[in-house]
Amino acid sequence: MASLIHCPHCGIRPKEEFSIRGDASLVRPDPAASDEAWNDYVHIRSNPRGRYHEHWQHGAGCRRWLVVERDTFTHEVFSVTDAASVARKAGR
Amino acid sequence: MTAYRLASGGLVDRNAPLDFRFDGRNLAGFSGDTLASALLASDQLLVGRSFKYHRPRGIVTAGPSEPNALVTIGKGANSDPNTKATVAELYSGLDARSQNRFPSLKYDVGAVNGLLSPFLGAGFYYKTFMWPAAFWEKVYEPIIRKAAGLGRAVLERDPQSYEKCWAHCDLLVVGSGPAGLMAALTAGRAGLRVILADEDFRLGGSLLGETVRIDGVYAPDFAETALSELRSLPNVTMMPRTTVFGWYDDNVFGAVERVQKHVALPQAKLPVERLWRIVAKRALLASGAEERPLVFGGNDKPGVMMVGAMRTYANRFGVAAGKSVAIFTNGSAGYRTAADLVAHGVDIAAIIDSRADVSEVAPDGVRVIRSASVIDTKGRQRVSGAVVERSGFEQTIACDAIGMSGGWNPVIHLACQRGAKAVWSEDLKTFLAPDVGNGLVVAGAAAGRYSLAGCLQDGADKAAMIVADLGFSASAHTAPVVDGEIDPSFTALWYSPGAKAKAFVDFQNDVHVKDIGLALREGFGHVEHAKRYTTNGMATDQGKLSGINATGLLAAMQGISPADVGTTTFRPFYTPVAFGAMAGTSRDEHAAPVRKSPLHGWAQRNGAVFVDSGLWYRPAYFTQHGEKTWRESADREVLNIRENVGLCDVSTLGKIEIFGPDAAEFLNRLYCNPFLKLPVGKARYGLMLREDGMVYDDGTTSRLSPEHFVMTTTTALAVGVMSHMEYCAQVHWPDLKVRFCSSTDQWAQMAIAGPKARLVMQALVEDDVSDAAFPFLAAGIVTLKGGVKARLFRISFSGELAYELAVPAGLGDAVADAIMEEGRAHGICAYGVEALNVLRIEKGHVTHAEFDGRVTPDDAGFGRMVSAQKPDFIGKRLSTRYGLTAADRMQMVGLKPVEADQHIRAGAHLLREGAKPSTLNDQGYVSSACFSPTLGHAIALAFLKSGRERYGERIVVWDKLAGAEVVAEVCNPVFVDPGNAKLNS
Repeated sequence: MASLIHCPHCGIRPKEEFSIRGDASLVRPDPAASDEAWNDYVHIRSNPRGRYHEHWQHGAGCRRWLVVERDTFTHEVFSVTDAASVARKAGR
Repeated sequence: MTAYRLASGGLVDRNAPLDFRFDGRNLAGFSGDTLASALLASDQLLVGRSFKYHRPRGIVTAGPSEPNALVTIGKGANSDPNTKATVAELYSGLDARSQNRFPSLKYDVGAVNGLLSPFLGAGFYYKTFMWPAAFWEKVYEPIIRKAAGLGRAVLERDPQSYEKCWAHCDLLVVGSGPAGLMAALTAGRAGLRVILADEDFRLGGSLLGETVRIDGVYAPDFAETALSELRSLPNVTMMPRTTVFGWYDDNVFGAVERVQKHVALPQAKLPVERLWRIVAKRALLASGAEERPLVFGGNDKPGVMMVGAMRTYANRFGVAAGKSVAIFTNGSAGYRTAADLVAHGVDIAAIIDSRADVSEVAPDGVRVIRSASVIDTKGRQRVSGAVVERSGFEQTIACDAIGMSGGWNPVIHLACQRGAKAVWSEDLKTFLAPDVGNGLVVAGAAAGRYSLAGCLQDGADKAAMIVADLGFSASAHTAPVVDGEIDPSFTALWYSPGAKAKAFVDFQNDVHVKDIGLALREGFGHVEHAKRYTTNGMATDQGKLSGINATGLLAAMQGISPADVGTTTFRPFYTPVAFGAMAGTSRDEHAAPVRKSPLHGWAQRNGAVFVDSGLWYRPAYFTQHGEKTWRESADREVLNIRENVGLCDVSTLGKIEIFGPDAAEFLNRLYCNPFLKLPVGKARYGLMLREDGMVYDDGTTSRLSPEHFVMTTTTALAVGVMSHMEYCAQVHWPDLKVRFCSSTDQWAQMAIAGPKARLVMQALVEDDVSDAAFPFLAAGIVTLKGGVKARLFRISFSGELAYELAVPAGLGDAVADAIMEEGRAHGICAYGVEALNVLRIEKGHVTHAEFDGRVTPDDAGFGRMVSAQKPDFIGKRLSTRYGLTAADRMQMVGLKPVEADQHIRAGAHLLREGAKPSTLNDQGYVSSACFSPTLGHAIALAFLKSGRERYGERIVVWDKLAGAEVVAEVCNPVFVDPGNAKLNS
């Protein structure tokens, strides 16, 4: 029915404006990384119950990719951060 | 006549009579009536037939929990089935029909089910109709469905209009009874933005049916004073006729406002219903308490009613439920109603009280039978007496209505909708709302505060806490003083023993006590299992009356506390909401927008027949000269392009402008083939992979200047590619200096293809477009004659000499007309996606029919495009894994039938000659197939194991769906001009 996401660029917006891609903790490995690292990155997902970082795109707004930290059980959203700033902080 | 309109009293407007119809009878009520109160006033006690046994049923409640009085209101497309008469506001011309009866309410053939009832216990259908299995779907279910019907859904298009809105507030107050009113006043006076919502058409809740005095004022007048003050506050929004049906994440509430359900002729400028999403910083649930029915023999007969409902009908609507009323109670509520009815001049036949010790005082002259219970009721289509048992002695008390009161169930639905479970209170003998944090606070009777003074105080106190929490200050208030208050206590009585007739728990679904017992005995004693096994609580009322009684019975039967049984799960919606309201204005073209190319008008003028392509409408083919089939048109178009020239609208392809010093590097990482050194003025075909090494999308990208590229994507993945690029740019490589935006809608793009394409183009373009000046894969800005700047690309999907010309969208129509005009001398024709598809299959060009997510570049013959030199690109690493490089992968080939008149269909599988069809023997599949007018026979593109080594081999094209087997020869997938002479001409 409804739920609200606090977009760091657009303010509080209904979740229908966003699309969800999945686990935001995954970092694209170096092209020379092992088969296991690449297999984990492309295929393996943890699907936890509880706190989870996800990539959401504000497709009907600023079109930025965001890292949404939420609880998969209660749907409580703890934080919403621009994904590029998260990536830069991580040195990407 | 037994139920009747009292000579005076009530809040109905006796000067405003309203005519309405019920089952074809003309009846009358007053403004302020519900359909139920008007029916009762007309002594229409029988209002429906029960779901399973078709037992006659009457009005039980005066509110949204009504299980029986479900009617269809309105006619034809405007019918609303399963409308509760108890909440339907009466209007002049209202036309209601009873449901689930044939041929009439009074003489219902289905009532024979009642005689069969010993065989129709819980789980009966599952047990009896299990065998033979095939009979279930074809024989049993249709008969059962026909017999056990509620109102019928209307199959006609709903002519009513709906809309959806958002609202924002500091405090949402749900319910306008004593607690809600005081809360709204407290918060409103403090300056909070308050929304006060109530499902009733008249605000005031239980105060409207009260007879006591508050601060010396008659309760409904007290409510009116409070409401006028609220109306005067600009920060308070009153929403009557609005049911708050759901509580969602982030304190968003769903509500439906019945804007025009109470008028005979809705105004076109207003919606009939409005769906609200209310964003509330805080919410206060003041939804009151539901009276609990008593489970006794014969408790479902018309004339048996909740005592609270009787009181509401008498005090608010001026209607007596009977002339002589017996009251069966386990608490004070029965005495209060008796007193009110006596005051209205109604005779009380007796008060039957299950308790031994009674402190309540009955009205003068009213007989009270203590430690007694009703074990049966007399009468058929309406009650005529109560069989009362006390200490083993039975007596029949003549009466024409029976009031029942089993205590109170707080209405905590909203508070339990997000997973928290209701909590049993041993003190109050009821389930209370769980603590769900400060977003939603429960007050008044909904919080177990049953006394009127307690409700008023609780609403004010809890609102004052919210006011302070939100940083406002509440002015001091003194609690209103209530005269004539009663102690609302009761003892729990889950079942009245000794029943001599069925004692119903769920009226609407015909679940009686023995069904619950059966569920328990057969191992379905868990409250959720018992619900499904018996269907208790699964009707349209969702167990509002029956749920807690079922819990109590399950507990009592096992000798455990209701706390150990719990309740079933509360889910939205609190009451049913029309699909129309949820759809709002999202119907027809508003549900799925129509995307039209800038050349739509040009295509229409040229006889296009359109096909849906996602949201786009694309010309499929252009009908000329009385052509009767699409094939005739498409074949003509194909041959004309191979011989002369054609114009095709390709505006729907995704177009993305890419800028920045790192634009080339970005593209180089995005595509599997190199883009870093693409010269300015050149186009290049690019393949994008997914990270798993499969092809994602393809298209051409051209370099218009060192830091400006324009990319095309397929129509289908235009949105997906854009999002993918944004992900790569923002998440993978945030430091690349690149920016891009979609320009799909800004450009009209046309493919001009055929041996005479240059003649046409040169006539339109100032610049030199000769092969020397503008060779294959050239790209650049050109000036059209007349001065318009356009983009020109020498690219070809058809395999012919071809150009793609892009002009600003608004000029597309005129430019397309000009091309057709210039091309007329050269035999130009418009062509659509059917011809486009045939042309590209003839040329062996791929689309998403080939790139279906399982295909690598090498599978499709693009292996050499994949750069081994680039350090990285999306999909690089997993492209090299074992499996994607295996020698027996399916590779793209061409197929042509050995017998030239045979056809091949896409989706067919490939088998070696003589091999049985099986997964093991599967050699591949056909991805695209068509009739080639150029070659005069069918051709196909297919994926075949090690296909490129197998040219010349015969293979069976096995099409189980079409029941066809065709022998085909494997060949090079490029059927036309494999040497690219035409392309480069």
